[in-house]
Amino acid sequence: MSEEKKSEPLFSKKNKALITNPLNSINPVTIQVLGICSALAVTVQMDNAIIMSLAVTAVLIIGNVLVSLMRNIIPSKIRIIVQLVIVAALVIIVDQVLKAYVYDVSKKLSVFVGLIITNCIIMGRLEAFALGNKSWASALDGLGNGIGYGLVLVVVAFFKEVFGSGTLTIPGLGKLTIIPEAIYDMGYMDNGLMLLPPSSLFIVGIYIWVQKARNPELIGE
Amino acid sequence: MAINRDSNVYTIVFATIMVVIVGGLLAFIASSLKPTQQANIKNEKMQNILQAIGLDEMKELQRNDAGAKFNDFVKRRITINYNGEIVSDKTADDAIEPLDKLDAFNINLRKEYSRFVKPIMSKNKGNDAAIAAALSASEDIHFPIFVCENNGETFYVLSASGKGLWDDVWGYIGFKSDAKTINGSVFDHKGETPGLGSIITEAWFEDQFKGKTIEEGGVFTPIKVLKPGKDLNNHQVDGISGATFTGVGVDEMLTRNLEVYYNFFKNNSEF
Repeated sequence: MSEEKKSEPLFSKKNKALITNPLNSINPVTIQVLGICSALAVTVQMDNAIIMSLAVTAVLIIGNVLVSLMRNIIPSKIRIIVQLVIVAALVIIVDQVLKAYVYDVSKKLSVFVGLIITNCIIMGRLEAFALGNKSWASALDGLGNGIGYGLVLVVVAFFKEVFGSGTLTIPGLGKLTIIPEAIYDMGYMDNGLMLLPPSSLFIVGIYIWVQKARNPELIGE
Repeated sequence: MAINRDSNVYTIVFATIMVVIVGGLLAFIASSLKPTQQANIKNEKMQNILQAIGLDEMKELQRNDAGAKFNDFVKRRITINYNGEIVSDKTADDAIEPLDKLDAFNINLRKEYSRFVKPIMSKNKGNDAAIAAALSASEDIHFPIFVCENNGETFYVLSASGKGLWDDVWGYIGFKSDAKTINGSVFDHKGETPGLGSIITEAWFEDQFKGKTIEEGGVFTPIKVLKPGKDLNNHQVDGISGATFTGVGVDEMLTRNLEVYYNFFKNNSEF
């Protein structure tokens, strides 16, 4: 984990790395193996994956900043509980706001909003980064990890939806047909396995394979 | 900092203050957003009922417009019990009082299903006569009827609730004035698998019900959800491949609820 102190420009090399590293070399899903559960569950349709990524990123940034601001007053004996309370409160607020102002989205995400609390990325980043770093760096770390998580979710959702349903559901654009009717007429069928959680494991596995093949330095001894 | 952050007193004081602040904040947010949330739920129910009538003009009805249109179409709200006795009868002129639990609009079928119907069914599994007797004895099980009018034509919107593969499924079924022929339907679910069971909310599934009937030769004939690809008669619709249990749930809830309505309309010739 990168350490930093002193006054430095807002987007110094180190700070930029806080955002870019989680996209690849320390990706929360594929390298840190955090947040796998939701990567398996909310990736059947692209729009759910995108909204879930946004919600997780928002909670992650705010949670990181709050914990970082409080890092000097949190009693170390109960720090995990304090983090949990902060995350749980944030998630409930997100859930309530979604229910009031974007009811359709909240219906779609249903239980998954509540499950953000249990998303290991959030507790993992609070514990590993925000407790020991200043708030700006923590915010960037939250943003970077949120995007890194979203990247994997979107890639997995892309393959699952295209091969499982033949469509892509993009927020604002609705359901787009990707595989034309003509191919179905020739005998092609959607792959039902792609709609089920296990297929995400295959896709995440292939993702890690491709990622490590392109970055040999990531391969452990 | 001079305070010892490892002392028990500090820990307890910190925890207490934190809980009070967080609790107060959440209570404030929840209570200030509650009216908006409840309006969403109410409008959605109105939207579902109006769309279930099966009129083309309702297809694009937005949730927020449903409240204004509801009373133009829904002229009477009746609640009956399992035995077909009317327990509440309201007209469009009677406002929907949130506290009037028997008003057809306020009947929470999902709650009644999980709290009263499901225990009866699992306790008397396999014994249809015992289930019927227990359902008929219960005072907590209701069946709402929305009598709608459009250009002089009468429609009845009935509702049903049951269990899919993972969680609740429910629906509103619109009948023509004979109360036997389906004119439209709206289904919804709480947690069916996206892309599989959740397809019951899509138009192709709902549209299949249009024109089907629940009577054959003067007796009740339930609508069956079959495995897809079979030849269908007037009481059958295509199920969804990969979502057999959601289909079984829809099938069961329609059979159980529509029978009560069928008997009610049969015994009350005024409708």
